[in-house]
Amino acid sequence: MRPTPAPDPPLPEADELSEPFWEGCREHRLCIQRCDACGHWRHYPRPSCPKCLSLDFSWTEVSGHGTLASWVVAHPPVLPYFADKVPLPVVLVELDEASHLRLVGGLREADAATLEIGMRREVVFEDVTED
Amino acid sequence: MARDAAIAGIGQTEFAKSIARPEQRLAVEAALAALADAGLTPAHVDGMVRFDMETTEEVQLQRALGIPNLRFFASTGYGGGGGCGTVALAQAAIVSGQAEVVLAWRARKRGSGGRPWARAGHRVPGEKQWYVPFGLVRPVDQVAILARRMMHEVGVTEEMLGAVAVQIRRHANRNPHAVMRDRKMDLADYLASRHVSEPLRVPDCCLETDGALAVVVTTLERARDLRHTPAVVAAAQMGTGVECVNMTNYHGADLLAGPGAAVAPHLYRMAGIGPEDIDCAQLYDAFTPLVLQSLEDYGFCGRGEAGPFCAEGNLSADGGALPTCTSGGGLSEAYVHGYNLILEGVRQVRGDSVNQVDACEHVLVTSGNAVPTSALVLRRDR
Repeated sequence: MRPTPAPDPPLPEADELSEPFWEGCREHRLCIQRCDACGHWRHYPRPSCPKCLSLDFSWTEVSGHGTLASWVVAHPPVLPYFADKVPLPVVLVELDEASHLRLVGGLREADAATLEIGMRREVVFEDVTED
Repeated sequence: MARDAAIAGIGQTEFAKSIARPEQRLAVEAALAALADAGLTPAHVDGMVRFDMETTEEVQLQRALGIPNLRFFASTGYGGGGGCGTVALAQAAIVSGQAEVVLAWRARKRGSGGRPWARAGHRVPGEKQWYVPFGLVRPVDQVAILARRMMHEVGVTEEMLGAVAVQIRRHANRNPHAVMRDRKMDLADYLASRHVSEPLRVPDCCLETDGALAVVVTTLERARDLRHTPAVVAAAQMGTGVECVNMTNYHGADLLAGPGAAVAPHLYRMAGIGPEDIDCAQLYDAFTPLVLQSLEDYGFCGRGEAGPFCAEGNLSADGGALPTCTSGGGLSEAYVHGYNLILEGVRQVRGDSVNQVDACEHVLVTSGNAVPTSALVLRRDR
């Protein structure tokens, strides 16, 4: 009998607006849209600044440091890719650059028992596939 | 002179984990039941409103019912946020004169038809690209983020969430149409149940149901000549709030507020009443934390007060301060994107709910509060 192939991970499908974010991740750099005119940070990506309406912005690398805003621990049933990873902690982290910059992520050291809202976190990148 | 709109007819199929009949047939059955309830026929219908997720299209239902022409057709987006929005669009059509009799409905085989989240492919497009790849896949995971934050910021406990699930189950136990009519649950049962996404457990989550429901909306003047006490649409309102993201509304300044907080002031202003005038509430209860959030968003409780409010028994139809989800809601009657909440709102103002609230004049009905949302105030016609 052939072994069952490991299930594919669900991967982000980059689009016109998000491609630079994922390109940054490939280079292990966390980049967020920042308005060139007023300096406002924004996530999700969008064409214009919601504060000053400028269309000019730069993908700006952030420190990758932040605090834990919330987390969950997923139990079955889950997608096949996550089936051997449950109980699976998933976190919401507020980046230091602005409190409204909140990103969902996984945990490198998957021990939910040590999590506390407000604790410091640092982004690390994990290459899931070759691209 | 501006016209008022009213819900004149309601209809539904049975609710079950699995119904073999085609989904379109369920839509037809609910539509015919609602028209019969109003004392109207398909020939009277000149408008239709549906959810954009609905697989039955207006023209399919029109062809099935032999309706000669639809003068108005529209749909509401954002899944369960759009339920009350269908009535809002029907009201807009009627008040503006674009239609006289509007049929609005939801038919869904969510029980037997599979879980939408399980269909995520290898590449995740759109907004989901920001969270599904990291394991925040299911609606329960997305709401559990809110639940944990509530526990941290305002001290919500598992027992408070459990009180919501237990009280709504008690309402369902008296409803012969409820999927959970025979399944009793107390707080000990709740606390012994397994986690799906910590801190949320199985009974924090809505059912997975096959079924269909429909309403007939017409002018108040015409509704007064029909079979039942009209449920006047005293106010209908949609809303998003700031920086709204579907199901992962984590990007505003206030993590605990939902889009309902933006709906409520407009809704009450249009209805000419305040939360203190609401006699019972049918709050969208896909997950228990959304009930706590809606109690605060719609002004029944201050920040952090909703949990204790529920734990003190205030959601009970037997003397609670705000009887809530009196048919059993999405948690224990049926989960059909909250459409059963609208029908229960109508029954309460008519006076024929199985958990009837005394002298019920105003009912608040809300739709999904983790997405762009909508709400109604229904008023008993004087």
